Amino acid sequence: MTMTAHRETTTLPERAPDAGFEPRRSMGTARRSDILAALGAAWAALALTALLFTQLTPFDGLLGFVVVAFVLFLAIYALLVSLDERGPTVRDRLAAVFVHAFAVIMLIALLVVVIFTFYRGIDALGYRNFYTQDMRNAGPLEPLSVGGIRHAVLGTLEQITIALAFTVPLGVTAAVFLAELPGRFSRFVRTIVEAMTALPSVVAGLFIYSSVILVLNRVRDDLPSWLQWLAVGKSGFAAALAISVMMLPIVIRAADVVIRLVPGTLREASLALGGSQWRTVWHVVLPTARSGLTTAVILGTARGIGETSPVLLTSGINAYTNGNPFSGPQVSLPLFVYNSVTRPDAPMIARAFGAAAVLMLLVLFLFAVARIFGGKPAGVLSRGQHRRRAGRSYRDAVRFAGRQHARHHNEVNE
Amino acid sequence: MSTVDEAPDRPRSVRTRLLPSDHAFRVIARAAGTAVLVIMLLVGLFLTLQALPAIRRAGWGFLTKQDWDTEGNNFGVAGVLVGTILIAMVAIVIALPLAIGTALYIAEYAPRRLAPLLVNLVDLMAAVPSVVYGIWGFFLLQPHLLVRGNQAEGLPRWLTTYFGWIPLFTVDDYNPRDPEASASRLTSSTFIAGIVVAMMVTPIIASVMREVFAQAPSGEREGAYALGATKWGMIRFVVLPFGRGGMIGATMLGLGRALGETIGVVLIISIGFVIQPHILQNGGGSISALIASRYSEATDLGIAALMGAGLVLFAMTLVVNLLAGVIISRSRSGAASEA
Repeated sequence: MTMTAHRETTTLPERAPDAGFEPRRSMGTARRSDILAALGAAWAALALTALLFTQLTPFDGLLGFVVVAFVLFLAIYALLVSLDERGPTVRDRLAAVFVHAFAVIMLIALLVVVIFTFYRGIDALGYRNFYTQDMRNAGPLEPLSVGGIRHAVLGTLEQITIALAFTVPLGVTAAVFLAELPGRFSRFVRTIVEAMTALPSVVAGLFIYSSVILVLNRVRDDLPSWLQWLAVGKSGFAAALAISVMMLPIVIRAADVVIRLVPGTLREASLALGGSQWRTVWHVVLPTARSGLTTAVILGTARGIGETSPVLLTSGINAYTNGNPFSGPQVSLPLFVYNSVTRPDAPMIARAFGAAAVLMLLVLFLFAVARIFGGKPAGVLSRGQHRRRAGRSYRDAVRFAGRQHARHHNEVNE
Repeated sequence: MSTVDEAPDRPRSVRTRLLPSDHAFRVIARAAGTAVLVIMLLVGLFLTLQALPAIRRAGWGFLTKQDWDTEGNNFGVAGVLVGTILIAMVAIVIALPLAIGTALYIAEYAPRRLAPLLVNLVDLMAAVPSVVYGIWGFFLLQPHLLVRGNQAEGLPRWLTTYFGWIPLFTVDDYNPRDPEASASRLTSSTFIAGIVVAMMVTPIIASVMREVFAQAPSGEREGAYALGATKWGMIRFVVLPFGRGGMIGATMLGLGRALGETIGVVLIISIGFVIQPHILQNGGGSISALIASRYSEATDLGIAALMGAGLVLFAMTLVVNLLAGVIISRSRSGAASEA
């Protein structure tokens, strides 16, 4: 047996000569040719459409111009891309154009709605009496320097406050029930609540009209005394009830989603430390979900504040300031808008747009508040919350250390 | 052999006893859930009870008659029911592509830093009061964009001129080539009301769809890219199939809202009680608009008839929404999506 000594060798791959400084690669996905093709197609489409509309055909109208320009843009862009790309890429580019176009249309529509409301409302918003007077002395032909929307603002605020007093406790408790006590019954309730989120507001108004205003009022004297407060006539309170019925499913649904997002490990940690279910919900689940719950309530409020038809059916229209929600009609901002735009007189329409602008401001304000307080996922803390929690933890540590120290001291003394 | 083994293992009997506080918590929570359920059931119950006199009087005619004469005992919701469905259909046809485009843009195309802002804008759009959309439609959309001037320039005239042979786009007593033709034949139509309602439901549909799209598993996305798919190819074969159930559900949620929309429709449409299949023509109707315009009826029968109309609307939105919920929760993407 002979052993051939096989020498192990390492083969070095041949190295390419050092290329020197390597230019940094661009990580972007858009190439220069893509951008140029899009810009070129846009310019060509605009020019061609302008030519069509001014020289060649009897077309007119802004909408037509935009549509024709868009179609031409699609065609030219597809042609340009297809010069050096294949079918799938061309389809990809065209799909991107459509998606961008639809998103832009949505944004433009939103901007137009907001700007148009403020543009037409600016006339009325400039008058100070618009905020401090009601329509008691202002006939429909009276100029804008007389009369205002004090009564409508007051009505809106009172009604939404009453509605919140009903929906927040009931809605959050019901959401806790849905999320924390799962079972066949809670699944059934959840199905019903989800189906009711699209309850037409006019049906909510009709319900309160038929139940509270018609039935309860008829049997008012037979009611037990603790229920008589519920039997009101057409009033702000009835409107608030209608708004509550409409808001309740919305608030429950959103709150349920937020509570279910609380990590199960937090619950288990609390239960493992000996916390009861009630303590777990109160000290762990609800604080963790607080920002989300705030958002849920505020978004529900924004929906409730803008509803017209429940108030129309259950409260009705008045021209003077009525601070008492339990008797007499009490107009709200959206109802005031609706009622005023149906008049033919220019000052009333200007007032309607002013009131609509105030309503939009209220909604925008609520929205901003919701985004400041909420919008954070469960368990993510703001800086202040973090600091407070660290402080509490530190105090606990000091307390424990003190206790241990005292115990040690006692043992030594004995 | 040890003696320890002789006693066989038996499960220990575990008895759980709720603390009094837990017991109270469960009772209160369950009571709240029950209260909500009762309120929701009461809505249906009261409407039915109050509507009974009218429905008993009208019988099946309540669903088939096209008139609203409660004094003359001749009333039915057929006309406004068809109107409601037509308005909702117009709204969905317009809203659906817009919503899909917006949701895809936010979920797939928008720059990462821009996306949260866009999400907020869409949510804000959903929170704009319907009366604001209504006055926007009445004072800007109709007179300045769709039916402009004495010649009624705009999309409806164009549609009826070139597609008038389709029954849906026919306009009676209107010749678009006649310069004397009255522009008011084209105002206050189902079509314009549908556009206004579309503005209200698009953000609702878009926001549900966006959440569904965002949940498409990244493994499958990357797989598609790794196989050489373009972005659209990836969307077409991963995101859209994944989100199909959620998309259908979102659309039905929007449909539910569109069916029940009131003030936006009341402001635009001039209400009629016969079936009006020509969506571009003046006049039309919806159940909610009927209720809002006739709620001050004097007679008991009139009120009862309105309750019956409300009941029909309620039942319709409930069915659509229940179906939407079932479809969303059965779908792969569903379960956690928020409306």
